Amino acid sequence: MSEGAHLLHDEAGLPDASHIAILYLEDLNVSFDGFKAINNLNLYIDRGELRCIIGPNGAGKTTMMDIITGKTRPDSGQAWFGQTIDLLKLTEPEIANAGIGRKFQKPTVFESHSVAENLELAMHGNKRVWYSLRARLSGEQRNQIDETLHTIGLHEQPDQQAGALSHGQKQWLEIGMLLVQKPYLLLVDEPVAGMTHQEMDRTAELLTSLAGRHSVVVVEHDMDFVRSIAHKVTVLHQGSVLAEGSMDEVQNDQRVIEVYLGE
Amino acid sequence: MLLTSLLKPLAGDRGGQVMLAVLAVAALLVPILNMLPAGHALHMPTYMVTLLGKYLTYALLAVAVDLVWGYLGILSLGHGAFFALGGYAMGMYLMRQIGDRGVYGNPELPDFMVFLNWQELPWFWYGFDMFWFALMMVMLMPGVLAFIFGWLTFRSRVTGVYLSIITQALTYALMLAFFRNEMGFGGNNGLTDFKDILGFSLQADSTRIALFIASAFALAGGYLACRHIVTSRLGRVTVAIRDAESRTRFVGYRVEDYKVWIFTFSAMLAGIAGALYVPQVGIINPGEFSPLNSIEIVIWVAIGGRATLYGAILGALLVNYAKTVFTGLMPDSWLFLLGALFVVVTLYLPQGLAGLMRQLKQIRRFGRAEA
Repeated sequence: MSEGAHLLHDEAGLPDASHIAILYLEDLNVSFDGFKAINNLNLYIDRGELRCIIGPNGAGKTTMMDIITGKTRPDSGQAWFGQTIDLLKLTEPEIANAGIGRKFQKPTVFESHSVAENLELAMHGNKRVWYSLRARLSGEQRNQIDETLHTIGLHEQPDQQAGALSHGQKQWLEIGMLLVQKPYLLLVDEPVAGMTHQEMDRTAELLTSLAGRHSVVVVEHDMDFVRSIAHKVTVLHQGSVLAEGSMDEVQNDQRVIEVYLGE
Repeated sequence: MLLTSLLKPLAGDRGGQVMLAVLAVAALLVPILNMLPAGHALHMPTYMVTLLGKYLTYALLAVAVDLVWGYLGILSLGHGAFFALGGYAMGMYLMRQIGDRGVYGNPELPDFMVFLNWQELPWFWYGFDMFWFALMMVMLMPGVLAFIFGWLTFRSRVTGVYLSIITQALTYALMLAFFRNEMGFGGNNGLTDFKDILGFSLQADSTRIALFIASAFALAGGYLACRHIVTSRLGRVTVAIRDAESRTRFVGYRVEDYKVWIFTFSAMLAGIAGALYVPQVGIINPGEFSPLNSIEIVIWVAIGGRATLYGAILGALLVNYAKTVFTGLMPDSWLFLLGALFVVVTLYLPQGLAGLMRQLKQIRRFGRAEA
């Protein structure tokens, strides 16, 4: 584990966010075979903030998440988590252990494990090989799993195989896995894709309740959903920020209208 | 107390319980049947004991492959290499035990070295006159190779078919290397003409029985160790890596570390199997590195049923028994039969025999519930 990640766990447990922002993305550039997926992107996420990111297909939303979580390395630019953690120097697991959790677009849970085991595996803690061989859940951890099961509405089927869950339930289980990871920053990619309206409302409720304690970044296509949760919306277009503000401001922005309606 | 904690990983593993019970009975019964007088109807000839012992080492090898393929999702087409390396380590010890009883009567050098006009023992043969050293090497040689190989490939995130092909290339490269006389491992002929192990003649019935029992113990121990791993959180992470590797990374696990350690452990088990195999068959040569061998192991596991461990044992025993019978009856047809078996299992029994048994049980339970 890198130095930064160590400091984080040994000390206060919070990334040094004495300045208000917890995530700094500055002048990021990424191109794939000449295609500029991310183009001079600057983005700041505040502590406890719930931010929605929208944008047409190919705007660079997923690539941005890939950079934050260490899956893709940018050609240039900086990505800092708090004041001290340079995300570009860490591997995916190091970033995860530093406190950034990610939910994928397509729900990805460990299908052959039970719901409770999925949470156990995601649980915040020592994730080394030798530790895992002897690891047992503590009472406190059991309670935490129990609590999370209630939060995500799966408390009646802890032993159900995750692969047999419905699509919406998988989405929630994945959010639950994020929660037990105890991240400071949650990146949530299209959380309501394929959900019914009821499920959507519950998800909105859940995400809103998380903000404050965690910073949450949501990438979503569904405008009604974005409107129902967002305080601040960032519009990405061709790899950089096109507009930022409240939903109403953004929707009335002439450039945004052009991009979305092609006028 | 010790026994209960040793057997704890078997809880809920019906197939494993049955398998180990059968193994225990066999370990008791086989020596008794062998000691019956030769004319007795139930007498088991010694060659049969050795044949069974050989099957057991294959079964241990299959368990090792099932751990990396069934649970970690790495299709290794080169596990025969680790088996052979363990075998060579044991073979080197057995060569040194020959002493001056070789054809050339050289007390220091094995026959093939005298034949090549070598004057002294190469440095890498030092220490192999001691049993404990050889035993250590039996695990270390495959283990170190697997560790280095795994460290390089897993860190570069080579997966899937590409990884399988590289494992295949690994065993092929080793085969070519071991064929060379200059390597100092007996070249084409390998190591053979063994006389005794720990001072006991390898031809004696009692030694053969002891080797059979040692193989049974090794298989039981290897099985329990693997069960211990797959029932721990380590095992759950392993399966998570198999099912959703990048998710596992984003949850905070260093996937490469897990892969390297499981792969290395599996290679060491394969090495132990090889070390028990060599004194029973009496020879180890570069043919054991043949890619075909490694593919056969994978077929045993596929036929028995992946990710069950006991299925791997079942597959190894059944296929090898069939091989013995059919190569006796129709030597030319065996490979066709093996190929056909693999095709049938892949098409109709994707979970192998273990999966078939599970299905039958479900059908029976379902039928009873209906009635």
